[in-house]
Amino acid sequence: MDIRRSSTIPRWVIVVAVVGAVFVLFPLVAMTTRVDWPNFLVLITSPSSVAALLLSLRTSLAATAACVVLGVPLALMLARTEFRGQRLVRALVLLPLVLPPVIGGIALLAAFGRRGLLGQTFDFFGVTIAFSTTAVVIAQTFVALPFLVLSLESSLRLAGTRYEAVAATLGARPTTVLRRITLPLIFPALLSGAVLSFARALGEFGATLTFAGSLQGVTRTLPLEIYLQRETDPDAAVALSLVLVLVAVLVVGLTLRTSTVPSLVRRGTS
Amino acid sequence: MSLAIQARVAERGFDVSLEVAEGETLAILGPNGAGKSTLLDIVAGLLRPDAGRGEWAGTPLFDIGGRHSLWLPPHRRGISLLAQEPLLFPHLSALDNVAFGPRSAGHSKDAARATARTWLAEVEAADLESSRPGTLSGGQAQRVAVARALAASPKLLLLDEPLSALDVTVASTLRRMLRRVLATRTAIVVTHEVLDALTFADRVVVMNGGAIIEQGPTREVLERPRHPFTAELAGLNLLTGTGSAAGLVTSGGLTIVGESVGAGVKAAAAVRPSAIAVHAVPPDADNVVRVTVSDLEPRGDSIRVRTESSAAGGSLHADVSPGRAAALDLAPGAELYFAFAASEVSIYPR
Amino acid sequence: MKLRSLPSIAIAVAVIAGSSACSSTGPAVPSTRSTAALSGSITVFAAASLTGTFTVLATKFEAKHRGTTVELSFAGSADLVTQITNGAPADVFASADTKNMTKLTDANLVEGKPVNFATNVLEIAVPPGNPASIATFADLAKPGVRTVVCAPQVPCGSATIAVEQASGVSLAPVSEESAVTDVLGKVSSGEADAGLVYVTDIKAAGSKVTGITFPESSAAVNTYPIATLTGSANVALAKAFIDYVTGAIGQEEFAAAGFGKP
Repeated sequence: MDIRRSSTIPRWVIVVAVVGAVFVLFPLVAMTTRVDWPNFLVLITSPSSVAALLLSLRTSLAATAACVVLGVPLALMLARTEFRGQRLVRALVLLPLVLPPVIGGIALLAAFGRRGLLGQTFDFFGVTIAFSTTAVVIAQTFVALPFLVLSLESSLRLAGTRYEAVAATLGARPTTVLRRITLPLIFPALLSGAVLSFARALGEFGATLTFAGSLQGVTRTLPLEIYLQRETDPDAAVALSLVLVLVAVLVVGLTLRTSTVPSLVRRGTS
Repeated sequence: MSLAIQARVAERGFDVSLEVAEGETLAILGPNGAGKSTLLDIVAGLLRPDAGRGEWAGTPLFDIGGRHSLWLPPHRRGISLLAQEPLLFPHLSALDNVAFGPRSAGHSKDAARATARTWLAEVEAADLESSRPGTLSGGQAQRVAVARALAASPKLLLLDEPLSALDVTVASTLRRMLRRVLATRTAIVVTHEVLDALTFADRVVVMNGGAIIEQGPTREVLERPRHPFTAELAGLNLLTGTGSAAGLVTSGGLTIVGESVGAGVKAAAAVRPSAIAVHAVPPDADNVVRVTVSDLEPRGDSIRVRTESSAAGGSLHADVSPGRAAALDLAPGAELYFAFAASEVSIYPR
Repeated sequence: MKLRSLPSIAIAVAVIAGSSACSSTGPAVPSTRSTAALSGSITVFAAASLTGTFTVLATKFEAKHRGTTVELSFAGSADLVTQITNGAPADVFASADTKNMTKLTDANLVEGKPVNFATNVLEIAVPPGNPASIATFADLAKPGVRTVVCAPQVPCGSATIAVEQASGVSLAPVSEESAVTDVLGKVSSGEADAGLVYVTDIKAAGSKVTGITFPESSAAVNTYPIATLTGSANVALAKAFIDYVTGAIGQEEFAAAGFGKP
């Protein structure tokens, strides 16, 4: 392998780095050896598989939209304001990142479940969340939101407030500054944050299982379908796992592409 | 007075009271950390002082610490800020950068662009209209930034060291352009260049340590500085003391011969470094000061000799040619005599 | 309980274990003829639904045969089969159904014939207070009743389908979970009005759910087989443990947990 290396990086770092990369990639490659290739198409096009894949894509897109709607203001508040307990709020918002998803599911039940704190209120308005696709989207949004907030907040801090200050002195109202300056400046980060959220939503399993249930076409997303197929049809489980890996690779590839687009946040001076 | 500001920021030790007349260009001079940018930020509405009042032509900009707190956000002040860096919005073309102000004021896209073209032409940057900021040179970008600030038709223009990031030749062209556009405007220019103050300003304010230490008409302040820092900026030697019949007596007991401002009056004497002759032995002159060399500093085709003098009560400096410096065998610690004629000294009350 | 060091200690322990076994009384005595010879350790792979009973039985077994160690590993039967076929070092396998055991016998991984040691039937689990007033199996199909079942792919799910077919009642579940614990979770949290799980699961859940028996459950009786695995390095101990599980004390324990007789 031809690696151009800055002379300040020791050779052993590269050796360990290669070990690390192989560590991540090898199991995924190994999985492809377990795929029942002759029946691959049949396995992944069974009605239950297709239903699970479509449901996963649908709910993940909805969750991503919810993440953007909720996450952009959240990131702005964390990056652009100062208030008492801000560090605590940030830590709490990022909590789903480190919590086992099952705990997320239990927490969501306590909040939005039929007997949860808000469940009665929703029931009153004729909205039932339990066992609905909405519950899946809620679970996915819950676990995916920190990715977007994290990505946006650091990008907002990096971009600084100077362009925004200039825009304000030019007579732009705060909403105009947000729309015409702040958002365009952090757009690459918004995009990659959204893609990451989508990927996280796509892989969501524990919280969905605990909070939403598992019913074909309604709440059984691809990870749940894989988990279930493992019981009786390991071949189908492996095939579907590969599909999920491919979608993830596609998504990550997309993020990398957007991040290599010439950075918009480059200084105006040259 | 059109702009009147009085503000305090405890954390930065900032306490300033300032007025600017309509149509006047005020220069603010001062070293780094003097509080110049803090002042601009308060006027622009980007920084909230702990206490103070500000108004423009009788309309309040802010009033903090009183009974009714008032704070006009920056976008409602009509005050544009031009910073050291152009800070052109990187995602917009030069034209749309300039059109940003008019757009924000509610003009249509076409109308705003038409206004923007006028201003780009005004700063001789019409050919740059479709360029992206990333492709512009420093001077071009600052030109566009000037157009952008002016296109917002501000009542007051704030310039924060607008030329300091540019190289000398680019800065001088831009300085001429700024002189033209600032001639009829109300503006505050923060700078550490005396040349900028002389070029743009009707009046200067000198700040140090968060406070105004001196102010007045530009020429007067720069020719007759009252504060050592101002003298340093203006490139003058400043000797302070008390007026006498001969001229001035310093606290160290040294008499400076020059025109008299009356005995007993607190007074200052200013001498240009180039007017001082440097000798190894005491020469015959109106004024002779014994000094000890503290530092030598190359300045283009001359050498600045920085010295300390206990009799003068502070530091003095003179400019000599490299040949003369060699002949005198100058080195820190050397004892010398500074000599200058009475006619080269300007003595004035302090 | 883990003594794997000096052989002399092992011998001493075996002697003490032997003497203590001699002094112990009870119905299990006849099945422990080889007591004095038992030593070492075995690993038992058991279905998750056996967690409670097997933990108790292993402790009792170890106490009875001092110097022996029974390592337990619980998981879904299918998972355990996967692990065993992939070479996991297990001596004994106790499955929650005959289907998974058959996978191992087909693969020639079982020593001798599996022995059935318990049965289990479905029961209706409802939240405490039974908010939807469920009384019969047919009530689960009523409109508005939110029933959660196991997915057909897992044992309790296939049992559910068998009951549905036998009774002619067809359910419209709001969720088909992949594990009993998930069904119980939905019921105990009140998200669902009712769930179908095994009697033993409801017993183990304690007061968090209430069980309602129904006659149709006899259409799907789940049988638990246990067997020694071919790879076992301690066949004697494995056989002794299986004897213990299928013996009187084991049966007493299973009955207490709600299991039926094989």
